[in-house]
Amino acid sequence: MAITLSEAAAERVRRFLENRGSGIGVRLGVKTSGCSGMAYVLEFVDELNDDDVVFEDHGVKVIVDKKSLVYLDGTELDYGKEGLNEGFLFNNPNVKEACGCGESFTV
Amino acid sequence: MALLQIAEPGQSAAPHQHRLAAGIDLGTTNSLVATVRSGVAETLADEHGEHLLPSVVRYTPDGVVVGRAARDAAIEDPHNTIVSVKRLIGRGVEDLKVLGDALPYRFVDTDSAVPRIQTVAGPVSAVEVSAEILKVLARRAEQTLGGELTGVVITVPAYFDDAQRQATKDAARLAGLHVFRLLNEPTAAAVAYGLDREADGVHAIYDLGGGTFDISILRLNKGVFEVMATGGDSALGGDDFDHAIAEWMMAQAGIAGSASAGLLRTLMQQARSAKEALASQEQVDIELTLDDGGRWQGTLDRDTLNRLIDPLIRKTISACRRTLRDAGVSVSEIKDVVMVGGSTRALRVREKVGEFFETEPLVDIDPDRVVAVGAALQADVLAGNKPEDEMLLLDVIPLSLGIETMGGLVEKIIPRNTTIPVARAQEFTTFKDGQTAMAIHVVQGERELVADNRSLARFELRGIPPMVAGAARIRVTFSVDADGLLHVEAEELSTGVRASVEVKPSYGLTDREIADMLTASIEHAGEDMAARRLAEQKVEAARVIEALEAALAADGAQLLDEEERQRIEQALQALRDTAQHSDDDQAIKAAIEALEKTCEFYVERRMNSNIRKAMAGHKVDEFE
Repeated sequence: MAITLSEAAAERVRRFLENRGSGIGVRLGVKTSGCSGMAYVLEFVDELNDDDVVFEDHGVKVIVDKKSLVYLDGTELDYGKEGLNEGFLFNNPNVKEACGCGESFTV
Repeated sequence: MALLQIAEPGQSAAPHQHRLAAGIDLGTTNSLVATVRSGVAETLADEHGEHLLPSVVRYTPDGVVVGRAARDAAIEDPHNTIVSVKRLIGRGVEDLKVLGDALPYRFVDTDSAVPRIQTVAGPVSAVEVSAEILKVLARRAEQTLGGELTGVVITVPAYFDDAQRQATKDAARLAGLHVFRLLNEPTAAAVAYGLDREADGVHAIYDLGGGTFDISILRLNKGVFEVMATGGDSALGGDDFDHAIAEWMMAQAGIAGSASAGLLRTLMQQARSAKEALASQEQVDIELTLDDGGRWQGTLDRDTLNRLIDPLIRKTISACRRTLRDAGVSVSEIKDVVMVGGSTRALRVREKVGEFFETEPLVDIDPDRVVAVGAALQADVLAGNKPEDEMLLLDVIPLSLGIETMGGLVEKIIPRNTTIPVARAQEFTTFKDGQTAMAIHVVQGERELVADNRSLARFELRGIPPMVAGAARIRVTFSVDADGLLHVEAEELSTGVRASVEVKPSYGLTDREIADMLTASIEHAGEDMAARRLAEQKVEAARVIEALEAALAADGAQLLDEEERQRIEQALQALRDTAQHSDDDQAIKAAIEALEKTCEFYVERRMNSNIRKAMAGHKVDEFE
């Protein structure tokens, strides 16, 4: 079981955390909602919960709760640009179908 | 594939429900848009990587051009290219006369109070021109964020009055934007530095832009920023630095007063880049091709630059001194000085400002962008991307708001120093039998009598069903939104008929006037109370007279004999005279009591007669 970060994503997370001035890492998760079943969660983490699993890649801590890990195992978090817009991308091998925009998905 | 941003813990948005928000610094010379992404507030660049959008709009037969391309055309097409529209927004035809003939535009003669500029695309107002700038910034933000904006925070100078603020909001509405709130520029700068998270204290915001200088003194009190005083010079800025340098170059090259227009433009550009270079190096070499084809070479060092711009900096420092005096604070009370505006990059400016305020000025955030960054932080909070407890309170109501009640008295509905936004309601009733309308007079101030306060608005609630005096229930609701816009609504509760009015209470009043109104309320507290007691007794007398007259008309003839009736009429007349001529509330009170005593037997008879009437035809056990 593993979650990884691309070099670019790790660099961004590090920068955002530094700017924020607090937080131990970034949380990846899923919640049930959205137009296609599941939606991704991407949040700063200030404290760990009991069921959290912590990964470390490129010196950045990635926190995933056990329930979400089932759906995210093997995911690589990447950082990309589309025109003027830029942000994080989930490269999730578990996804069977995603909605048009990719904000929600089914496994 | 969607691009996601990192949210605060627990604040992840549902898919397609991102609460995208932006802060907009709508400047005189340049405008900027900023937003918060993954916890970081940043200004946004266009596709060429430019953050600053020149606040210039050019109207052509083929459409509207905004920004750099419009600015470059300003010289060749001055009538259709609108620059510095911020100086015109919210101004009436009368104000423009004061601004003078310096404006190159052709104004359309209209009956309306809003001046319009004649362009090839037809007449345009300052609101429409500003809306074009806002549209470009909003489009940039939406492209960058990948979605529609839920709302924006737009900054305005602290000295903007009611009309200028309203016009700015109108421009946003015209651009299809929802305005969360308008934010004072110095407050935005303070927010960008996180001063709102610090302990209470007084801060100075020194804003030296291209063409204007503003100094604002803010007091942070329990999380609320209050503008204590503003000052400055609307015709002093970095451009004057460039002028001074260009003149020095001309004197050095021996061409003072004889340079061509083309050379003057080159000189200004050279002066500007020399000034910018000297922020990081000790001296800079300048080369010029003169009008006669000759060349001039020179060196400008920091000492010379300082000598050239010191007189200008001194002017800003005297404005600071005056503004501190207006605010009634001393230099030692200033905790922080925030530097805003590109011209504060000049090291000499920082040095002199630091010397005057006896503190190291805050310069970490790009001074061109700091206002937009503060606006973006505020917009992010207002869009709901932060936990509730980080909500900022930024304004208070400077003077109490209320309505006029019978006798010219003021009933305060929202007391002064209440933080906004706020809504308060109070119920009122009718004074006369069968009254079907009520005049609502909205007033502002601390005094007890309407005459001593400031009148804000009047409107009427009509369609109240006829009832006996005191039976109707009219709820008057005062709500003040985050921009200080007051909305007053009156509703008759049984029928739901309502009427309302909107006013902007705080703008147009200077701090000095507010202070004067407050002092007056304290000085006159004693006589105000006496005036209130007198007015209250007069109202009470009028009510008693009214009720008695109605009763006499209804059943006086049946229940009273001639002598009794005369006795009552006499006492009634006595009260009328006293209420009309006396300034002594006790005398009126006594007259009311005397009349009530005289009428006691009559009131008793009326009651018995009414009960008889009510009981007639009913059996006794029905009342058990």
